[in-house]
Amino acid sequence: MTWLSIIIAGIITYFTRMTMVALVNRDLLGEKVKAVLAYVPSAVFPAIIFPGIFINDYGTFIEMNDPKIFGAIVAILVGYFSRNVIATILSGLFSYWIIIFLI
Amino acid sequence: MLTKKQLITKGILSVAPHMFSVIPFGIVCGAIGIELGFSPTLVYAMSIIIFGGASQIVFLQLLSGGASAFIAITSVGVINSRHLLYGAVLSEYLEKLSFIKKLLISYIVVDQGFAESNKFFQKNKTEPYLHYHLIGTGATLWICWQLATLSGIILGSFVPEELGLKFAVPLTFIAIVVQDLKKLDHVIVMITCGLSSLLFFDAPFKSYIIISPLIALFVAALVLRLKK
Repeated sequence: MTWLSIIIAGIITYFTRMTMVALVNRDLLGEKVKAVLAYVPSAVFPAIIFPGIFINDYGTFIEMNDPKIFGAIVAILVGYFSRNVIATILSGLFSYWIIIFLI
Repeated sequence: MLTKKQLITKGILSVAPHMFSVIPFGIVCGAIGIELGFSPTLVYAMSIIIFGGASQIVFLQLLSGGASAFIAITSVGVINSRHLLYGAVLSEYLEKLSFIKKLLISYIVVDQGFAESNKFFQKNKTEPYLHYHLIGTGATLWICWQLATLSGIILGSFVPEELGLKFAVPLTFIAIVVQDLKKLDHVIVMITCGLSSLLFFDAPFKSYIIISPLIALFVAALVLRLKK
């Protein structure tokens, strides 16, 4: 039963990836829609970023002094000025670890 | 003009830094599956059949928590529905491919690969073999995801929970959007999405992950209208 569920979930997931690429004709989308689609990264990724920082494993809001907020601020500053992905990720992780392990 | 090989290499290099987040998260994903009591084969098979980090964890957590298969499957579908938006964006660059190639390349479209390839596509619209960049990013992510979840399954409880490795996930996406903080219109769209995701976090089937981008895109359309 679990196997069947995984296969169905996999097929659905594949369809989410494939539908717009293979089945929908791009010409159906007007210029206005294409202009809005340019915002997709900015419109999607914060829905992963914000809950990943502000909501804990139990689905409740974190405290305002949570080390994840500090880690995220460091990562944003480092990322903004360095333009380097590795520096962004590692600075965020290390500053988070420094707070939870050393302070 | 870039050769196919150069495009694949550029794709691999552009997504490689994200492995600092993808690999820890993959290890956590595999370890959680074992911890929840599922068989190693089953947990690993998900990395091939579903191939979507967050949705794999949610699926197993729901089932082990006693939720019905229907709820678990629907949640995976809702979480992964964001790929429809990626596909709509990528279709412009992939439209010349044959139907079969479109079917094959779709399997490796994931968040970080979409983000990095899309950035490259916007700057190099005229390159004839653009999709090789997407193959480079997608294949790299696929291979690393397989190895990482497999390591997590083997290491299992040896992965210290205190490290909070899941925190690497928001960080990798911060790295992707942080340069767009220079543009006011993008900042407005990002904040709209972020706040909506917190507001709708408890909506059924994890639907905040598609509701908030749709609200943010609606705001983007308004912003575009004001800019004219």
